[in-house]
Amino acid sequence: MILVILKDIATLCSISGVLAIILVIAHRFLNDYGIVKININGKKDINVKGGNSLLSSLADNKIFIPSACGGRGTCGACKCGITKGGGPLLPTERPLLTKEELITNTRLACQVKVKSDIYINIPENIFNIRKFNSKIVEIIDYTYDIKGVTFKLDAGEKIDFKAGQYIQLITQPYAKMRQSVSRAYSISSKPEEDDRIQLIIRYVPEGICTTWVHQQLKVGDEVSFTGPYGDFFLRDTDADILFVAGGSGKAPIKSILDHLQVVGTQRRMTYFFGARSKKDLYLTEEMKAFESVFEYFRYEPVLSQPKAEDNWDGKTGYVMPFLKETIRDPQNTEAYLCGSPGMIDAVSKALIAAGIAKDKIYFDSFG
Amino acid sequence: MDINAFVLFWAAIFTSNILLTNFLGMCSYLSVSREVESSFGLGVAVMFVLTVTAGLNWLVYHYVLVPFGIVYLQYIVFIIVIAAFVQLIELIIERYVPALYYTLGIFLPLITVNCAIFGVSLFMIIRDYNFLQSIAFGAGSGIGWLLAILMLAGIRARLKEKLIPVGLRGAGISLIITGIMALAFIGFSGIVQIQ
Ligand SMILES: Cc1cc2nc3c(=O)[nH]c(=O)nc-3n(C[C@H](O)[C@H](O)[C@H](O)COP(=O)(O)OP(=O)(O)OC[C@H]3O[C@@H](n4cnc5c(N)ncnc54)[C@H](O)[C@@H]3O)c2cc1C
Ligand code: FES
Repeated sequence: MILVILKDIATLCSISGVLAIILVIAHRFLNDYGIVKININGKKDINVKGGNSLLSSLADNKIFIPSACGGRGTCGACKCGITKGGGPLLPTERPLLTKEELITNTRLACQVKVKSDIYINIPENIFNIRKFNSKIVEIIDYTYDIKGVTFKLDAGEKIDFKAGQYIQLITQPYAKMRQSVSRAYSISSKPEEDDRIQLIIRYVPEGICTTWVHQQLKVGDEVSFTGPYGDFFLRDTDADILFVAGGSGKAPIKSILDHLQVVGTQRRMTYFFGARSKKDLYLTEEMKAFESVFEYFRYEPVLSQPKAEDNWDGKTGYVMPFLKETIRDPQNTEAYLCGSPGMIDAVSKALIAAGIAKDKIYFDSFG
Repeated sequence: MDINAFVLFWAAIFTSNILLTNFLGMCSYLSVSREVESSFGLGVAVMFVLTVTAGLNWLVYHYVLVPFGIVYLQYIVFIIVIAAFVQLIELIIERYVPALYYTLGIFLPLITVNCAIFGVSLFMIIRDYNFLQSIAFGAGSGIGWLLAILMLAGIRARLKEKLIPVGLRGAGISLIITGIMALAFIGFSGIVQIQ
């Protein structure tokens, strides 16, 4: 009886085996696109093995296009222009591209497969993006759910970024998380300190990366990240500035202010920081101190739900009503917003209603 | 079964259409019939896979399963053969007809679980067809499926401009149309019966 069963299983296995071998061989030959060329900005050619996604082919050549979702085709961060090659637009790309982007041949690098020579356009500053290895040198508890973590780069390494930009932290597998993921975090330290960066990370319950940072990492641990990314940075004009942040959105603005302290500025600046109650406030002394550094600077924490024991005598409610009275000259005001998508949406609407042009509102949405 | 392969071929297309009389292969038929172009692509792919897997499964059945006495494993083996063959087709289409690959997108793997394909393999065993008859039956059923999905896609393309009650839009109206198409095909059934 057992022999009969074994014989049957063996036959079944051999049928599957033969089919599997045929598939493996077919895969080898059919999926072999040989070496193909990626031409970047009409200047530089790189040769890669055909068949992989554009995003990973570039990453293999140390060119890191932002990819907040890690190549799943959901974030739209990996957009790049393709002038020739790349095949037809895929159904997975369409929802993330705007009408203009569809016309100008913008594609998602994580979805496009490189099967033949391809000509792409990417911003020059992407070449600045590299992978860095670092060691944690400091972890500060700013509030019950926000930590400031400082990463020192390997000896001799330097990172060249603009105040306001972000990096992608790469997690290591821990506990039940067997994969490593990467998540975006704004740099909170100033560009002048180019051998280290500080991040301000708010704990998200059940969040993969923030649980790792808050519960696993300790001083001395080695961590890698790629960067710098992003076009959220201070524009070089003399317009008045409105900063609005919530939660960990303080990070890029802290970096901008630290940088302005080094280079100096005469611009009129107001900084609204929205929080729920006093226990969500942090770095208040440091931000207040900027009022004596700059000639025209004001820091305004606003609490939406102050508790009785907070003894709060500052502004309460949401920040929106306070914006209009602060704006002197809407034509000549820039706004820099950072925080949750909901906050950014509401504040943008209020600013536009107050007469600020849409293209003068810059933001980093943490959504 | 003693029936001329050529007759079987025509019967599989018209009088015993795999979709309209056996109602097999419905899910991809309903989901990909929005545009004529992609329906045609999928129809051709189904036709090709049907013809070849009918032949392959016939060979595997008579030269492997029967001699080794494991006929009772035919369900598993047929599915394995179909799955492997669909993967192969996917690789070939991706390589040589990328445009078709991109229109079919996620629908290609659907063929693996298309019950029309599995159904044809089982019918040919139950009805004891020989090799030639099986190929003719597979090809005919494939063409019949292609015909059905093309007709539905054509009708749905025209329906786009028509006002349809909200509750009937999409799958609802498609099923009603399929029912009417099936009724029309019953008209052919007097010509020859292969059940
Ligand atoms: C440009 C940019 C800059 C940013 N800067 C900062 C910054 O300076 N500081 C900062 O703190 N954050 C910042 N973020 C946000 C940050 O990138 C992460 O999104 C955030 O920290 C959460 O990451 P996570 O891996 O912990 O959570 P994730 O694992 O990504 O989870 C996110 C959410 O999904 C929920 N979730 C996860 N898995 C599941 C599941 N299986 N089922 C249901 N729900 C689930 C979680 O509960 C959580 O609510 C920034 C984002 C962007 C885009
Ligand atoms: S990496 Fe997120 S969409 Fe491409």
